[in-house]
Amino acid sequence: MVAQNIFFYAIAAMMVAAAVVVVTSRNVVRAALALIVVFAGVAAQFIILGAEFVSVTQVLVYIGAIMVLMLFGIMLTRARIGRDVEMTNEHWWVGLLTGVLLAGVMGYALINAFGKDALPAERVVNTVDGSNSATVGDAIFAQYLIPFEVVSVLLLAALVGAIVIARKDR
Amino acid sequence: MNDLMVNQFLLLGAILFCTGVYGVIARKNTVLVLMSIELILNAVNINLITFGALHHNVGGAVFALFVIAVAAAEVGVGLAMVLIIYRNRSSVDLDDVDSMRG
Repeated sequence: MVAQNIFFYAIAAMMVAAAVVVVTSRNVVRAALALIVVFAGVAAQFIILGAEFVSVTQVLVYIGAIMVLMLFGIMLTRARIGRDVEMTNEHWWVGLLTGVLLAGVMGYALINAFGKDALPAERVVNTVDGSNSATVGDAIFAQYLIPFEVVSVLLLAALVGAIVIARKDR
Repeated sequence: MNDLMVNQFLLLGAILFCTGVYGVIARKNTVLVLMSIELILNAVNINLITFGALHHNVGGAVFALFVIAVAAAEVGVGLAMVLIIYRNRSSVDLDDVDSMRG
């Protein structure tokens, strides 16, 4: 348990530092690469929490697909790669005020509600065949079948919508 | 310090969420705003998985997967919109997109 705590705090410190780079860096590509660090850290936290299937999906979808899309977006909009320009607008202090206030309210509420609660020692949900992936698959295709179908229709609509929006011949 | 607490994960999620909110408000480049939104969605996912582990319920993992799917759809449509804004205005600066300002 102590080892898990050490890993948690090391990864969490890395994630917070990378997240700050994402929102403050003047270089778009550097912000994108820092975002990859955050995604990898989130996947590692999922492993600590015993959700291995979601962790692998996080690596496949976020690091594999979404980051490639982001980098393509950076390239296609010809952001000045390598050159540093101002990426923060003049009202950045409004955002800082909102973020700090929100962090204060959420931190107070969380410490008030879950002050000394510990996670159970057996965290992996593996009620089907002793496997987390089997449990997740079983839940998706039984209990959560209708939300799953709705998400697949949403993905199809997003695919068609992206093509319709981005095509040239109109 | 021996047990993993619920709060350390929830507070990590809260910090990531607030960083993302700051990024959405303060950034000028549209692609960077989309990246900040990804930060927010990841913070939500950490919270979902944490509560799933706390209550020993698989629903948290299932809804985290749904959030990942919705995030993928959102990035696809969002980047298509960014591309067409760039094509029409030769800029992805949010301050330039003010034709709907009242």
